[in-house]
Amino acid sequence: MQPNDLDGIARQIRLRDLQAVYEAGAGHIGGEMSAIDILTALYFQVLRVWPEQPKHPDRDRFVLSKGHVALALYVTLAKRGFLPEEEISTFLKPHSRLNGHPNCNKVPGVETNTGPLGHGLPVAVGMAKAAKLTGSGYHTYVLTGDGEMQEGSNWEAISSAAQFNLDNLTLIIDHNRFQQGASLKDTNNLAPFPSKLEAFGWEVTEIDGNAMNEIVPALQHRTTRPHCIVAHTNKGHGISFMQDTVDWHHKVPNAEQYKIAVAELSEVL
Amino acid sequence: MNAVTTSPKLHDCRDAFVSVLERLAADNSKIVAVCNDSVGSSKLGGFKAKWPERLVNVGIAEQNMVGVSAGLANGGLLPFVCAASCFLTGRSLEQVKADIAYSNANVKLIGISSGMAYGELGPTHHSIEDFAWMRVLPNLPVIAPCDSIETAAAVEWAAQYDGPVFLRLSRVGVPDLLPPGHKFELGKANLLRDGDALTLIANGTLSHRVMKAADLLAAEGIEVRVLNMATVRPMDVEAIIAAAGDTGAILTAEEHSTFGGLGSAIAEVVVAEAPVPMKILGVPGIFAPTGSAEALLDEFGMSPDGIASAAKALIARKSARN
Repeated sequence: MQPNDLDGIARQIRLRDLQAVYEAGAGHIGGEMSAIDILTALYFQVLRVWPEQPKHPDRDRFVLSKGHVALALYVTLAKRGFLPEEEISTFLKPHSRLNGHPNCNKVPGVETNTGPLGHGLPVAVGMAKAAKLTGSGYHTYVLTGDGEMQEGSNWEAISSAAQFNLDNLTLIIDHNRFQQGASLKDTNNLAPFPSKLEAFGWEVTEIDGNAMNEIVPALQHRTTRPHCIVAHTNKGHGISFMQDTVDWHHKVPNAEQYKIAVAELSEVL
Repeated sequence: MNAVTTSPKLHDCRDAFVSVLERLAADNSKIVAVCNDSVGSSKLGGFKAKWPERLVNVGIAEQNMVGVSAGLANGGLLPFVCAASCFLTGRSLEQVKADIAYSNANVKLIGISSGMAYGELGPTHHSIEDFAWMRVLPNLPVIAPCDSIETAAAVEWAAQYDGPVFLRLSRVGVPDLLPPGHKFELGKANLLRDGDALTLIANGTLSHRVMKAADLLAAEGIEVRVLNMATVRPMDVEAIIAAAGDTGAILTAEEHSTFGGLGSAIAEVVVAEAPVPMKILGVPGIFAPTGSAEALLDEFGMSPDGIASAAKALIARKSARN
């Protein structure tokens, strides 16, 4: 698939995500928009997965550690054939399996339950370590938020990934520079990330995390060490008035804003 | 009748645990041991010598340890996580909740040196909250075997059970109570002796103490029922209702806080299903002072004499009601 094709899919996913947030009256739209290009590249180009066999032992693993952007994952999984696309309209509804954070026992394609931050990376380390112990060839990817890296459990996992020589593990940090209440730099500024990860023995690649021609090669890159992609993204990417504002962490667009956002995302389709 | 045949020999249940683990691991290459620099305290030296690559030591990082275990299970392995119960349950509580219980990861959590086994090291190292923390989580059987025989049987059971398990072990020696060849059944209490004056219910290191208390009571002509209730979740509701109905009073004893543990779990059933006088013996809701586990249990009224006295007081309460 060409970067342009992936961009087209990403825009469709953004539109469906936006619509679901608008209809449900809730969601984490800013972080969803920042991460959708990465999710699209993973599911439509990089991951070896079989939607009809979501538990295939040889599947590549993807862990969405920033579980609050579950909707973006649901829309991506639906588009890839893991669940019916029409089911997205049940997002957050009573007894829907699509709640605000992904459930691996209900939603095909979800690997582990996330929601509390700082959980996905340790689990991903275990997945990668299991592949080493069993001689399996699958690769493990995990996506965290940049604010999420404030959780100490991530640094325990980063250290053990290097100790275990997990060259089959890729961590993507969605570095959109904002967390729930403020910017990263005004809260607990872990940036710059590369020097910190490198100090722990990881190889680091910095990319524009909203540019397919940079995302795909970075995800496909293999090295002899655990690999971290610091993906510089924009919170609310693709919708002008949401971009790079802390307000849109989990704000819901009103009717007028929704119309503008749909128009912006549609015009390039 | 009711002759007590407890062996005077004391067993460290960790030995039974590792012996079964190593036997199972020899036939099942999916079994891995995961620990937090706790090879020695978990007695994993033998496992490490046989299968060094299958011992996943994450260092002193309990949150990571539990998360990694969930990932190992996702990758098709069968992890036994071995760590001091105070850290395994306290430090990693959210990982146990989200990564193990809620995600239904097939991980066996082995809490070593539970209760006040680290008595002299103080309350930071006491694990007298773990029943409460673990039993409130859905989808997580909570088991505290009473002797080496039940420990071996429970480990065997856990290995074939498809789902998370929390197994709570001590390091303090206990005599064998159950017969050789005993099979573990989840949520099923064992009748250790019968009587109708009252029912004593215990698990872990307290089961042999309540048996000794029953001997003391029998010497005074008071015959009591004794139940060993290793499973704290799911509860053996049937055995509790029968005990209430047949004996009219229930006394529980545990190496745990009186808040939220075995006694509380039993009380939840008694109140709802068969209200009878009850008393819960345990650590009375305080940070325990310095002392060995044995001395502290005695101090908190759980010597055989103390348990027998509490039983007699409860029988008096029961009689006053009738």
